[in-house]
Amino acid sequence: MTDVTAPSSPRRPIFVRDAFVTPQPPPASTIGPVAWIRARLFSGPVNSAITLVTLVFLAWALPPIIRWLFVDAVWTGDNREACLPVDGREVGACWAFIKAKFGQILFGRYPVEERWRVELTGLFFVVGLVMLAVPKIPWKGVTAYVMLVVFPIVGFYLLYGGTGFDPLAPWVVAAVLAVLAALPSFPFKRPVQVALALILPLLIADVVFGLIALPVVETSLWGGLMVTLVVAVTGIVASLPLGILLALGRRSKLPVVKFVSVVFIEFWRGVPLITVLFMASVMLPLFLPTGVNFDKLLRALIGVALFSAAYMAETVRAGLQAIPKGQYEAAAAMGLGYWQSMRLIILPQALKIVIPGIVNSFISLFKDTSLVLIIGLFDLLGIIQFNFTDANWATPNTGKTGFVFAAFVFWIFCFGMSRYSQYMERRLNTGRRR
Amino acid sequence: MTLRDTAPAPLAAPSRAGSWLYDPTIRGIVYQVALALFLVLFGWWIFDNTVQNLRAANIASGFGFMSDRAGFDIAQKPIEFTPDDTHGRAFLVSLVNTLIVAALGIVGATVLGFFAGVARLSPNWLLSKVAMVYVETFRNVPLLLQLLFWYKAVLSVLPGPKQGVVLPLGSNLSNRGLIVPRPVPGDGFGAVEIAVLVAIAAVFVLARWAKSRQEATGQIFPTFRVGAAVVVGLPLVVFLLAGMPLSFEYPELKGFNFVGGFVFKPELMALLLGLVIYTGAFIAEVVRAGIMAISHGQSEAAFALGLKPGVTMRRIIIPQAMRVIIPPLTSQYLNLTKNSSLAVAVGYPDLVAVFAGSTLNITGRAVEVIFLTMGVYLAISLVTAAFMNWFNTRVALIER
Repeated sequence: MTDVTAPSSPRRPIFVRDAFVTPQPPPASTIGPVAWIRARLFSGPVNSAITLVTLVFLAWALPPIIRWLFVDAVWTGDNREACLPVDGREVGACWAFIKAKFGQILFGRYPVEERWRVELTGLFFVVGLVMLAVPKIPWKGVTAYVMLVVFPIVGFYLLYGGTGFDPLAPWVVAAVLAVLAALPSFPFKRPVQVALALILPLLIADVVFGLIALPVVETSLWGGLMVTLVVAVTGIVASLPLGILLALGRRSKLPVVKFVSVVFIEFWRGVPLITVLFMASVMLPLFLPTGVNFDKLLRALIGVALFSAAYMAETVRAGLQAIPKGQYEAAAAMGLGYWQSMRLIILPQALKIVIPGIVNSFISLFKDTSLVLIIGLFDLLGIIQFNFTDANWATPNTGKTGFVFAAFVFWIFCFGMSRYSQYMERRLNTGRRR
Repeated sequence: MTLRDTAPAPLAAPSRAGSWLYDPTIRGIVYQVALALFLVLFGWWIFDNTVQNLRAANIASGFGFMSDRAGFDIAQKPIEFTPDDTHGRAFLVSLVNTLIVAALGIVGATVLGFFAGVARLSPNWLLSKVAMVYVETFRNVPLLLQLLFWYKAVLSVLPGPKQGVVLPLGSNLSNRGLIVPRPVPGDGFGAVEIAVLVAIAAVFVLARWAKSRQEATGQIFPTFRVGAAVVVGLPLVVFLLAGMPLSFEYPELKGFNFVGGFVFKPELMALLLGLVIYTGAFIAEVVRAGIMAISHGQSEAAFALGLKPGVTMRRIIIPQAMRVIIPPLTSQYLNLTKNSSLAVAVGYPDLVAVFAGSTLNITGRAVEVIFLTMGVYLAISLVTAAFMNWFNTRVALIER
């Protein structure tokens, strides 16, 4: 420290520090685990009481659950003997049952030697999904196109099998015409290009699977997680475009279009999915001309797609409503027509806003797929329930274990999706955050 | 683009054909006529197919079957029903069963949801984490799976009535369900019921008077406390004056089952447990979002005016939060009502299980039965939505 003589008052020296004081650590009562516990758990009498009651509740609830899940659980065994209580031994979850039935849980009664087809489809799906979901990976447009147009065709052939379409089918003719139409000198380029993009994969699949004939696996043999995913993914892929059209229809200025959309949306949103599935399984055959019969799985898929399209429509409508009026006016000022302004200006913004909402629809759709077991399809939950009837494995704990396992699988998928939607929400929020 | 040095040619009058083709009004009419035509044709095609299919299968149509003898029994009947009654009456019984589950479920889910939602915002770390685990676990598992779990893995493996869990007041929890004492009203209990109605009416009058007095003089009347005292006190006084005309029928174990008492069947319990826990998790999120939507400034402003925390909560925070909470809460109620149709999976005799199940199987009238079932749910949804829209506009914040 140095003495400085201030010019204004020569008699009083002013002391100025030339070195910082080392910062003191905060008082022990505000940092560290003890302080944290005091602040978050015992800050007052009410808070302390809440903490104690919660602790008592946890002490009552947690130990039996942990014991049942892990400590007393049976991990290995070939049949029910392993999971039976012998000599007063406590027996918890029968994980050996899940191990023994794992193939069925994934594939249902799909023939064992053909299961590679399901695995290949699954691999395709996972790779595509990761490429779509991770923001850093480029080629989003191409991937989306592949996943929405190419994947359903290839997936259908792989899962169902068959020899493909007749090579001389109208598809071929249409495709050749389309190729001609795509030539630069051809007028009306854009719609034809779109048609070409839709037809070309069909044509290629036609040729490829015409050469490699895969044995047909009837959908009555499908089951397990595979059916859950098929129903969910088909529902999602089918409901998105239909939902967007319905949402546009509901906001249309044309009264008939608006009325039809409103009636459609309110009807499907007003009834429970289970009655929709009943309708699909009991009434759909009546609606079709005599002799035409749809596959049971296909009927359920139609029901699920129409049902979720109504929910999707409301989600998309929310996004459309959130777009400021100026955007519509700007699009009109640019001279864009209705479809152009929707495609280029409005929908990209609206869909971006409602991505979390769309993912939430996906989550509820994914959970709702379990209802197909009521109309006799063996999805993940259905196949696990079906396996309880196996006399080889009937023990008091088999059922519980099966349900807990199914719950865990559903939870992983749904929780993952919800976390992803929160991540996207934060990411997409950047443009609006100040 | 090139620069033009000549004046642009005057716009030629558009040709008649062109204006037809590009006139938005005419285009709109054409689109709409095409859509309507398509829908009419599609509907007619379906109708024609259905009629032909029904004729081929020799199934009569019409709702005449509703007055035929049902021939099946219903496990739980809030109103009288025997197998000799009609399908129409079975429809009514199952509808009442659906409404019972929906009403009980809504009450339970609201209580649980509000508690969990507030608990998630609690400053107590432990409580908020427990609430979070509850919400994240039960929201992300299908309801059907939860129902089956409660029914098949928990309730059906409870011990028989003899070894059942003994609860206070002679109640018993076993694989036959939860059995509680049944209140039996004696002579003069009607007076108590009238007293309840009178008390409720009195509170309404009191609340109006208190409000007008506060507007006129600024004095606050403790409406809530006085009202609660009236609603509880008046019936209690009448009850005591009438000589306590209420007895309880306690369940008694006779042979292998209980006799007397009121039984919550395992089917109903499983359905309620599933619906309440599942919907409660969603309501918790709705409540949390609603409270978090109210800015801190509101409570700070209230404190600055000298309002006490209780009054701030009741008069400032909750009314504003309710505006955010009510619309999604309504859709949760509707979801719960629609989800009660999963009763069919646990065998609770609701509308879908009885009417779209037993009646459909016996009569084979798929079209009529499914349409009627869907119509009921649709009517419930539309009525609720209409009411909530009206309520919502009534309480909506009027902005500039």
